[in-house]
Amino acid sequence: MRLAFSLLGIVVATLLTVAMLFTPGWVRPPIISTQTGYRGTGQEQLISAQNKRILEAANALPAPIDKASPSGERATSAYKNVKVLTDLSTDEFNRLMVAITQWVSPDQGCAYCHTDDLADDGIYTKIVARRMIAMTRDINKEWTSHVGDVGVTCYTCHRGQPVPKNVWYENPGARHAGGMAAHNYGFGHPSTSNGTTALPVDPFTPHLLGDDNIRVVGKTPLPTTQGASIQQTEQSYALMMHMSQALGVNCTFCHNSRAFLDWSQSAPQRTAAWNGLQMMREVNAVYLETLKSLYPANRLGPLGDSPKANCGTCHQGVSKPLYGQSMLQDFPELGGKAAR
Amino acid sequence: MALLSFERKYRVRGGTLIGGDLFDFWVGPFYVGFFGVTTIILSSLGTALIIWGAAMGPTWNIWQINIAPPDLKYGLALAPLKEGGLWQIITFCATGAFISWALRQVEICRKLGMNYHVPVAFGFAIFAYVSLVVIRPLLLGAWGFGFPYGIISHLDWVSNTGYQYLHFHYNPAHMIAVSFFFTTCFALSLHGALVLSATNPGKGEAVKTPEHEDTFFRDSIGYSIGTLGIHRLGLFLAVSSAFWSAVCMIISGPFWTRGWPEWWNWWLNLPVWR
Repeated sequence: MRLAFSLLGIVVATLLTVAMLFTPGWVRPPIISTQTGYRGTGQEQLISAQNKRILEAANALPAPIDKASPSGERATSAYKNVKVLTDLSTDEFNRLMVAITQWVSPDQGCAYCHTDDLADDGIYTKIVARRMIAMTRDINKEWTSHVGDVGVTCYTCHRGQPVPKNVWYENPGARHAGGMAAHNYGFGHPSTSNGTTALPVDPFTPHLLGDDNIRVVGKTPLPTTQGASIQQTEQSYALMMHMSQALGVNCTFCHNSRAFLDWSQSAPQRTAAWNGLQMMREVNAVYLETLKSLYPANRLGPLGDSPKANCGTCHQGVSKPLYGQSMLQDFPELGGKAAR
Repeated sequence: MALLSFERKYRVRGGTLIGGDLFDFWVGPFYVGFFGVTTIILSSLGTALIIWGAAMGPTWNIWQINIAPPDLKYGLALAPLKEGGLWQIITFCATGAFISWALRQVEICRKLGMNYHVPVAFGFAIFAYVSLVVIRPLLLGAWGFGFPYGIISHLDWVSNTGYQYLHFHYNPAHMIAVSFFFTTCFALSLHGALVLSATNPGKGEAVKTPEHEDTFFRDSIGYSIGTLGIHRLGLFLAVSSAFWSAVCMIISGPFWTRGWPEWWNWWLNLPVWR
């Protein structure tokens, strides 16, 4: 009996050891590193050469499409029911439609949004697409504080899929008792949204749809007020975990961890990230959540909300989406610098 | 320092690894030997260079003096003296001095016909230091990954390097190392307390024996590891602390570049409950 238990123990320990040695995703040198702070402060980004090659391949640009002349017949006179792309020539308009098909619905084709009558608004995806074009132009024009001159196109998020890979829904968490019997508030459920930690499962609803305060660190050496609650603090940390994973960076990309809150010790990237958070709040509240009534049930979340964007929707594991390659330069149709 | 009469018989000739009889002598209580000479040269030079580096730096504030490693761009090459070269020389001096000290312990062991437990144990501490400033930088391809020499600055490095992996407490080797450190303290304090309690009985009581010590632990937890065993255990615990702390740093970067919480996906993904 004792021997049987020993053998069982040895087998279980061996299996667990094999699992932890061979499944988690270990890397090996060469490691590519970037220094972001003064020497010796430990502010560095690391990635293995192997993983970098994989990421670069995943972020290659799609095939280019020949440019179209902005002059000539206007799209509004060639087509009926043009509501957003009113400033384009017919050639530009057609070029953009070809591009959108390539970027968003390469398998489904034009029929993903259009019926035989191109002006028909009968399919919900067409109305969503129209709203998304308006959003893309808005981001490229009004949010250069975050997207710079690189800008965004449909491809930044969609990458050949009708629904972008990284979207989020409001997550009420696992069912649990309430009131006096409540034992946790969404803690202890590792998922991609909290960096597989025990932090809350939905940092997005309070921070990327609502505008809860992210800064929870006290500003005085000793506490003078009650300060942020532990729940608020863990929400902030979960959001930061998400940002790190979405951008494929660690905390030191923006922060000097000796003083997380201090802007003067932070990297300039923190400013871009702050603007990005403001942008996300507008995108989610103004453009995405408002489409709720259009979607069929299978596109909605467990609480009936529409799919929304977070940092990972565009970034997809890279600090600059598509490694900073600008597709917008070739698509003045989507606004931004090239259009101005 | 006074030399006890019986100590003379342990001051025997020979046992040196290098240098023959040349440095086989004592200065006061200290055995010198070839490695005593290299220890004193390398440690004095290293300390002098730290003071020189502090003199070139912006402050004499003991907390803020900082001798930083080179920028990553220098890779594994030598850096200009004021841009990390000093750190490289000091690291060489420190490593050399530590290893010299261990080899001096070896020579003393040989003189006395003892085994090498002490230098081996000290070797684990050297390994922990060398893994931070030599092995890990070599694996990552730049001396700039070493930690800076300064009281506050090395703490900043520890903090940021920890946050490079989002949450360092999820590092499995770090978990093991921390557990061994605490266990070492626990075992050492129990051992010290036990010996002192046996040798400090109440007034008028005779000093107690190891049998009393064994019986104390047999009575309280059903087992006593014994007088020799406790020292085996102590060595194992202490050496394991140093070993696993070295491991936890060597794997962070060269073999794992993402957040440590993510490493635990192997557990979440076990086929049993995936």
